[in-house]
Amino acid sequence: MLRYTLKRLAAGAAMLIALSMLVFILLRLAPGDPVDAYIDPMVKMSAADMARLRAELGLDKPLPVQYLIWLRDVLHGDFGRSLQRTGEPVLALIGSRIGPTLLLMLSGFGIAIIFGLIAGVVSAVKRGSVRDGTLLAVAAVGVSSPAFLTALIGLYLFSVVLHWAPSGGMLTPAMPFSLHDLLSHLILPALILAFYQSALVTRYMRSSMLEVLTQDYIRTARAKGVRENRIVSHHAVRNALLPVVTLIGSTLGLAVGGAIFIESVFNWPGMGLLLVNAVELRDYPVIMGSTLVIGAWVIVMNIATDLVYAVIDPRVKVS
Amino acid sequence: MTDLNVETAIAPAPRRKVARRGPIVRALGRFGANRYAMTGLAVFGLTLAAVVLMPFVWKDPNGIDLLAINKPPGAGHPLGTDGIGRDVLARLLAGGRVSLLVAGVSTLLSTALGFFIGALAPFGGRFADAAIMRVVDLAMTLPPVILLLVLASITGPGIVPTIAVISLLSWPLLSRMVRSRLLELRERDFIIFARGAGAGPWHLVMRHGLPNTIDILVVYATLQVANAILLEAGLSFLGLGVPPPAASWGNMLNAARSTVVLQSYPWQWMFAGGAIVLTVVCINLIGDGLRDAFDPRADLE
Repeated sequence: MLRYTLKRLAAGAAMLIALSMLVFILLRLAPGDPVDAYIDPMVKMSAADMARLRAELGLDKPLPVQYLIWLRDVLHGDFGRSLQRTGEPVLALIGSRIGPTLLLMLSGFGIAIIFGLIAGVVSAVKRGSVRDGTLLAVAAVGVSSPAFLTALIGLYLFSVVLHWAPSGGMLTPAMPFSLHDLLSHLILPALILAFYQSALVTRYMRSSMLEVLTQDYIRTARAKGVRENRIVSHHAVRNALLPVVTLIGSTLGLAVGGAIFIESVFNWPGMGLLLVNAVELRDYPVIMGSTLVIGAWVIVMNIATDLVYAVIDPRVKVS
Repeated sequence: MTDLNVETAIAPAPRRKVARRGPIVRALGRFGANRYAMTGLAVFGLTLAAVVLMPFVWKDPNGIDLLAINKPPGAGHPLGTDGIGRDVLARLLAGGRVSLLVAGVSTLLSTALGFFIGALAPFGGRFADAAIMRVVDLAMTLPPVILLLVLASITGPGIVPTIAVISLLSWPLLSRMVRSRLLELRERDFIIFARGAGAGPWHLVMRHGLPNTIDILVVYATLQVANAILLEAGLSFLGLGVPPPAASWGNMLNAARSTVVLQSYPWQWMFAGGAIVLTVVCINLIGDGLRDAFDPRADLE
């Protein structure tokens, strides 16, 4: 198990390095000269001054060398500075945004997992019933609705029409921090994130349950006279959960994508909003830093999923 | 016997020919019997027809009616008008054209890319295989939206960059599926025979690989259209996809990022949102139907 873990970690680290190269090269391909960001357009500069500035910034060196210098800085925790006027260090910017994103994602996923698993089991056990049909229809709409649309509709319905929730942000400005204030801002975006994810979990859990319910050991349990409730809760659900764990793990990484839209609609001060704003302003150091952090998150989630899977499914051979 | 004809050598005995229909015909038969898929196909067909034909008879999507600004749905403008007096229905139809065009073209491109890259891996030697699969792993690490944003920040907005960015991003999944199918196929007797008979990689991929992966390609392409519609809408929603004044379903939703439009003029964005969901649901129904129809286990029932 230890060897397997180390192997997966090494593969993950290699992946992260490859990702950083990819992003570095991509952003160097971007139009515009990186040196422009350091020049005051109102001050005239001679060609010699420009060349000196380039040399100072290391931009005259070959690309691989530039990459290695950048990588060294990153490993020392220096992601560069934002190109915006405030010129904040990228690492500090990212640090202040990770918390809100994690809060949003984890609460959304918590809701989605609880609801999705229950709905999936009910739908599979009552296969063909009206309840099954309704749940399936809602789930079909859920997986087909893009996050930006559900976010808009949710915002319109619950804040504009019904006035149940505040219309955005994470805390009311100029107010002392209170848990109630945070939760009232959190509930709507978290539910919207959960809508898509629980639709996904419901569908997976349903088909996984249906598959498990046809297995021989379920028939054996029925023949032994085990009560139907116990068959579902003790024999079927446990086995049906296995593939769903993989799904949850991989979407926990990928859900950052949907969170971007939700954050941007609700003005939630997380990583997604940071990235979107950076892309709009072409703030390349911030784009690189946040892409790397998001990539690292996805890679860690994938490794964690594989490890959890190896632990809970004894059939998986760890080698 | 040196000039052995592969076709006649492996053709089935003539008397079995009458009895059996081909697998594709049987799959299409099953598809036709699927009510959900047929409903999806019908509604999608109507949407496509409306989007393609209606702009010829309806108003100009960029025509400005200064006497009707921010008008709710009513006579003259069935779906209302937007902030500068443009007809929402006309923009919805024109936007659908752009959205479906972007989705269609990028699907064609990414399907072709995905197929050839996926086919290159098993037939192009071990080194090519390893290199390609690492690139695929890498591309599948990040959520597509993130790479989409990074790429869009480089290309800038526009219809052609949007198509390019979406196609460049969508092929890895297909390549992976094509590769695993072809790896399996490569060990089959008829491929070994074809190789022995002197068939080159191009012949193997086009004559044997393509027909034997057609189910994967059809299902992928269908679902990818839905995916591409969502990606385009997402990009345009953030203002990084199709730029105004051209309409797209995504950039019509972009209007709702303004609080005033969101609150007071819901018709300006809700219809575009509805169109996206309706189309995507229909395409997903068609795709699921095709997947079930092509499932080899379905023949056993």
